[in-house]
Amino acid sequence: MTKRQTRALSKVPLHIAVIVASLLWLVPSAGVIVSAFRSPQAIRSTGWWTALATPFDMTVWTLSNFETVLDTLELGRALRNSFFITIPATILPIFIAAFAAYAFAWMRFAGRRAIFSIVVGLLIVPLQLTFVPIYSVYNRIGITGTFIGLWLAHTGYGLPFAVYLLRNFFGSLPKDIFESAFLDGASYWTAFWRLALPLSVPSLASLAIFQFLWVWNDLLVALIYLGGTPQVAPLTVRVANLVNSLGANWHLLPAAAVIAMAVPLLVFFALQRYFVRGILAGSVKA
Amino acid sequence: MLERRGGLRPWLYTGPALLMLAFFLVYPSLATLRLSFLDRTSDAFVGLENYRFAFSSPPMLESFKNNLLWLIFFTTITVSGGLVIAVLVDKVKYESIAKALIFLPQAISFVGAGVIWRFVYEFRPRVGLLNTVLTALFPGMQPIGWLVNSRFATYALIVVGIWMWTGYAMIIFSAAIKGIPQEIEEAARVDGASAWRMFWQITVPMISTTIAVVTTTLIISVLKVFDLVYVMTAGQYSTNVIANQMYYELYINRHNGRAAAIAIVLVIAIIPVMILNIRRFQEQEARR
Repeated sequence: MTKRQTRALSKVPLHIAVIVASLLWLVPSAGVIVSAFRSPQAIRSTGWWTALATPFDMTVWTLSNFETVLDTLELGRALRNSFFITIPATILPIFIAAFAAYAFAWMRFAGRRAIFSIVVGLLIVPLQLTFVPIYSVYNRIGITGTFIGLWLAHTGYGLPFAVYLLRNFFGSLPKDIFESAFLDGASYWTAFWRLALPLSVPSLASLAIFQFLWVWNDLLVALIYLGGTPQVAPLTVRVANLVNSLGANWHLLPAAAVIAMAVPLLVFFALQRYFVRGILAGSVKA
Repeated sequence: MLERRGGLRPWLYTGPALLMLAFFLVYPSLATLRLSFLDRTSDAFVGLENYRFAFSSPPMLESFKNNLLWLIFFTTITVSGGLVIAVLVDKVKYESIAKALIFLPQAISFVGAGVIWRFVYEFRPRVGLLNTVLTALFPGMQPIGWLVNSRFATYALIVVGIWMWTGYAMIIFSAAIKGIPQEIEEAARVDGASAWRMFWQITVPMISTTIAVVTTTLIISVLKVFDLVYVMTAGQYSTNVIANQMYYELYINRHNGRAAAIAIVLVIAIIPVMILNIRRFQEQEARR
């Protein structure tokens, strides 16, 4: 054997380990995706892998589960609710945080450092600590079970991380460009819109993806402030209810899960770079 | 210009954020502490009664035990698994594909993962993947109801947690490993160090801070674990955890005092890890 062959051979266990690990991680999700497209009767009687034996036999595949789930089980409405909840709950905190972060980065005022430290300190408050009082307040003013209540809650909860991330980013922008802009008579307002925001697009994108997925995938906050009302329930709440209640409709779970996962997976594949950057930056978020 | 003290302006810019934070995080944290000494409807003072419940009632004792199991098994396996995979994928050409596959579960919700793993754990052999594989490997073995058997259920849930979070640990470790200066690895290789020795004497020490970061992050999230348990077993079959019991007290039992006390207990459990985290954060800031 040549030296090269020995080296290639010595790498075989490495390749086996990596490929086995990748498959172990892929197989559970792939199984549910395959199941979603099988007939109800097939899902109930055999494992999804049996369908892969005859992948070109079109009688094996069907879209009927999706139709049932979207219409009868009202996942279509839940999907719309999820968008309706997530989009404002992503834009609002980033917007409010950007203003604050800009002030923390480029304005001088009494208590600036101390207040910023407190904001960052709030990163570690477990949300559970806030549920009981806010839930009571919401009940008193009558916004439990409304989208507004949920938007505001996600905004409050998302702010510490957003302020922290954007403050660090704004602070790392070169000082000279702000100084020369101010010398040219630009106001803080103009510099914010014309300099700070445009220069931070990658950071804003990472943050937006992070917050979007966080809200989209959230179950707990929605459960607490929306309750189980189907009119306002997002996908996570709706699918979680299905899991706990479906006896006869057990075969519909895969299609429901695929609908719940479709948007995050699209975001993941389309924007993987920003997504990973957001996760790396988010490693400070408890 | 930058040095000019801004008068009202900074408060206009920071005001909305500070108000929101005050209402959604600062006020409720303090109010929860007060509520934890009041009764079910927050009307009468009950002293430490809710804490007696939080520290000694059977469901809470079970939750403590399970959170501890999560803490031990989930954290060690996720951290070490993520580290090993990060080191291995670093050596192959299809690194980005392997990483994407393992990282993928991070994008989906606990609810999605719950459904996915229900089909893996399904009792009926020929339908449930795990029971099919096991009964094929060990003829004569009876299928196991992984999620409804008190002996296995918590571990079955922990496996799902590991599946979801190993990719997170891997991505962060992988970024750290790429930051190790090439010369150091080259020098070690020239000296004839084995892969094993290089792992323990170069990789691990060089990224020890990152390992600490990931470990503390995982510990904090595991103390708060809720979604997976709620979706897969709703805390039945001896799988209850602290956050699930809190949800139960707040929403089903409607006992504000107990729910508040459990939240405080959760914070007490997290405080030591928080202190580590803050110290790390200050070191980071000091280095900037």
